[in-house]
Amino acid sequence: MWTLIVLVVLAVVLWGFYISWRASRLDRLHNRTEAARTALDLAMVRRSSAAYELASSGLLDPATSLLLADAVRRAKDADPAERDLAESDLTRALRAAFGQPGFRAELEGKESAKELVTDLEAAAHQVFIARKFYNDVAARTIYARRRPLARVFRLAGTAPRPEFFEMDDALTEGDGLG
Amino acid sequence: MRIGIACPYSWDVPGGVQQHIRDLAETLIGMGHDVSVIAPADDDRPLPDYIVPAGKAMPVPYNGSVARLAFGPLSVSRVRRWLKDGAFDVLHVHEPTVPSLSLLACWVASGPIVATVHTAMRRSRVLLATQPVMRSALEKIDGRIAVSEAARTTLVEHLGGDAVLIPNGVATKRYRHAQPLDGWPGAGGAIGFLGRMDEPRKGLAVLLKAFEILAADRADLRLLIAGPGDADEQRGKLPASLRERAVFLGEVTEEGKIRVLHSVDVFCSPNTGGESFGIVTAEAMAAGVPIVASDIEAFRQVLRDGRAGELFATGDPEDLARAAARLLDDPARRAELSVAALAAVAAYDWDVVAREVVSVYETVVLGRAVVEVAQ
Repeated sequence: MWTLIVLVVLAVVLWGFYISWRASRLDRLHNRTEAARTALDLAMVRRSSAAYELASSGLLDPATSLLLADAVRRAKDADPAERDLAESDLTRALRAAFGQPGFRAELEGKESAKELVTDLEAAAHQVFIARKFYNDVAARTIYARRRPLARVFRLAGTAPRPEFFEMDDALTEGDGLG
Repeated sequence: MRIGIACPYSWDVPGGVQQHIRDLAETLIGMGHDVSVIAPADDDRPLPDYIVPAGKAMPVPYNGSVARLAFGPLSVSRVRRWLKDGAFDVLHVHEPTVPSLSLLACWVASGPIVATVHTAMRRSRVLLATQPVMRSALEKIDGRIAVSEAARTTLVEHLGGDAVLIPNGVATKRYRHAQPLDGWPGAGGAIGFLGRMDEPRKGLAVLLKAFEILAADRADLRLLIAGPGDADEQRGKLPASLRERAVFLGEVTEEGKIRVLHSVDVFCSPNTGGESFGIVTAEAMAAGVPIVASDIEAFRQVLRDGRAGELFATGDPEDLARAAARLLDDPARRAELSVAALAAVAAYDWDVVAREVVSVYETVVLGRAVVEVAQ
């Protein structure tokens, strides 16, 4: 009889430990999602300023400069709800500028141009990576929130459900790499 | 004069700026000038012989929508070659604040430059100020033309300095005569509308409401509507009994548009705003069709404060119905308005407008050498 009681109490205690471990794991996932989102935001800001620097460098023709500067401004001023669209438009503007015949040949031999373009490509690539990481951890968080135990015991608390960040971030057509 | 005109938008797609440039170029050629137009266009499409194609335009996001523009090193070198070969007395760029050929031409050229601004654009001021390369390109412009008061205001705000106001021209002769569509206007009378059906500012909803009122005691009155948009959706706004009396043609060709104007007894421009000139209304005037138009600034101006067409309270279907009824019931008044409209629209004829543009050219070339390539 006593052994049974001890076993039940032990089971309840273990069960409690397990639930609190699940809760803290979910909490950690939410924190990591938030950190990944911050990294993504930073990467997008870095990309914007690199694009703006290239646009203002005087190394490009005025039409290309204006296109890039306009796209950067729109991305900066976009409402949070339309950020993905504005950032995708910046990607498209960059792709159009870089894809112009003779774009690279024109900048050949100009040392400062090479640096600006390299910086911009690196920043664009970082957006691509940061978004992959963010969506990955967001997916795991959403999955963990959906598990029956998490739903029954409301383990997520008041933390908002993360949203995927979808955008066009492929600087070169097709491969998604800068 | 040898005149070089730069067009920022793709010649392969229809648009207001392209049409303006085409009509201006052809009128100038008719006046005996030597005109060359550089525009983004496919090389393998047949083009008028005054067009120099600058290569295919790229669709790219700009100013909140996707535009087909030409930019980048290849466009620069084509503009440079065009300027060199042309040895123009004057360079005339259109919409120089759009990132395309006009801006590139300003940047590359030195010599007398005239610029025409068509649309009121917001936001670009900051951009212009922060981009030194833009500023130096736009500072070369000697004479500015705005096609409307709204365009002039933005131009002055963005670039400083002043601009001459020269309205859009209308190729009035093209609109004067046409064969009405079969069976139109018919004995019961017909009202016409041209424009995007689903753009609320074009005001089709106001006309449909007014038609309901008019149709109540005019058993054979019909409505003729042409323009892009979802016809079924618009037809659905009418009571079922009237749906057969509204004919939707969808998008029509330039020629079809002129035939529509000649197929109705009264043409209606129910716009609730957003028009800076009212080109469609002016074209209807050139066709000599009596007009009822909303009382917005652009229409008041072109219709001579109501002397060349009836004005009704903007957005008010009942007032529109009253004004249209007066015209439908009074053939003498219609004939009078038709004559008045033809006389008023003569001031907007391309022959008149192009002469004003030429006098701007003549002013900026005084004492100047021909247009050259700067760098």
